[in-house]
This record gives sequence, C-alpha cells and structure tokens, in this order.
Amino acid sequence: MVAGGNLGLGAGIVDREMASTKVQVSAKPQSSSPGFAYSALIVGWLVPGAGHLMSGRWIRALLLFLSIGALFWLGIAMQGRLYAPNTGNILDMLGFVGDLGNGAFYAIGRIFDLGGPQVQLATADYGTKFIVVAGLLNFVSAVDAHNLRIGRKR
Amino acid sequence: MFAPSHFVAVLIFATCASVVFGITQRSAPKAMLRYGAYCWVLFVASVVAASWIMYFIRH
Repeated sequence: MVAGGNLGLGAGIVDREMASTKVQVSAKPQSSSPGFAYSALIVGWLVPGAGHLMSGRWIRALLLFLSIGALFWLGIAMQGRLYAPNTGNILDMLGFVGDLGNGAFYAIGRIFDLGGPQVQLATADYGTKFIVVAGLLNFVSAVDAHNLRIGRKR
Repeated sequence: MFAPSHFVAVLIFATCASVVFGITQRSAPKAMLRYGAYCWVLFVASVVAASWIMYFIRH
C-alpha cells in the first residue's frame, strides 16, 4: 500500500518533470488568430493602421493612421507630386514604388488628381518626399501588423 | 497651399517617422516610447548638425 503510494508519487514527479522539460518549440510562428494569414498585411497596406486594428491594438492603429496620414496629406497640401506608373527615370520608378505604399490614400490622390503637377518650390519638393516616406513607413507598418497577426511579435 | 518653414517641416517629419519607428521596432509600450524619442532626437539633431556644417562650408 505504502510502496504503491510511493510509486504513484514517484510517477507523478517523473510526469511533471517530463512535462516541464519536454517543451516543444515550433520553428514556425504560431498563428494567434484564425483566417487568412496575410489579411493584416493587405488591410494594413490599404489603410494605414487597419492591420493593427485587426489584432486589437487600437491605440497603435490610431497613432499609425494619424502619423502616416499626416505625412501623406501634408505632402499633398504642400503641392507634393504623386508619381504615376512609369518606365523612365529610375528615381521616378522608385518614387512610384514608395507612393504605392500609401494604399488607399494613393488611389484617392490619383483619382482626384491631387498634388502638384511639377515640383517648382522647395516646399513642393519636401511634400513629394513626405508622400514617398509615408508610403515606405506604411510598408513597415503593414509588415508589423502581419507579424502581430501570426504571433511573431506581441 | 501649406508652406511650412524648413525647420517646421523637419519637426513634422521627425515626429511622424519616430512614432512609426517606435511602434514597429519595439514590443513593450515603454520601449516604444523610449525608442521613438531616441529616433526623434537623432532626426532633429542630425539636421541641426548638418545645417551648421553647411553654414561653415558656405562662410
């Protein structure tokens, strides 16, 4: 009776030790929420901060939306240039790639023909850079939202 | 048309970029704040330093 009890106790300790030592860490990051894994990446690209909103980080989402939105719309207000798809100058092509990062903002700007046609003032040049940097920052933000979504970042 | 001075444009740029860097490059809120402030200081300080260098080159 006593021996059996000791055996049971010993088995319990062994079980507990095995449970505490056999922790398997998966090579792939665990998905924290079900659904399409790249949804936060795509939504975050289309609307700055929306990817973070999908993960429930609404303060981060709001700050990202305000920061990226402010850079983009102040750039437009400064008569910055919105790059169109082109195959000419390499800097123009890179400018288009940067602008494309603004997602829906870029689409709105192109549809309503916002921004200046040609850069003639220093302020307009700054505006152009504001718009490009807003797009690049939104790429970073969208990737961060994706990492939050798949559980790679908390 | 919005036409800020060069320094105001720098301050706007540094603030917006630092907020995004702070949020995306750190995980804990305190670390985000610290890193954002660090980026902001680096942005503004490097612009001020570059401006003085250009001033001394010119004069």
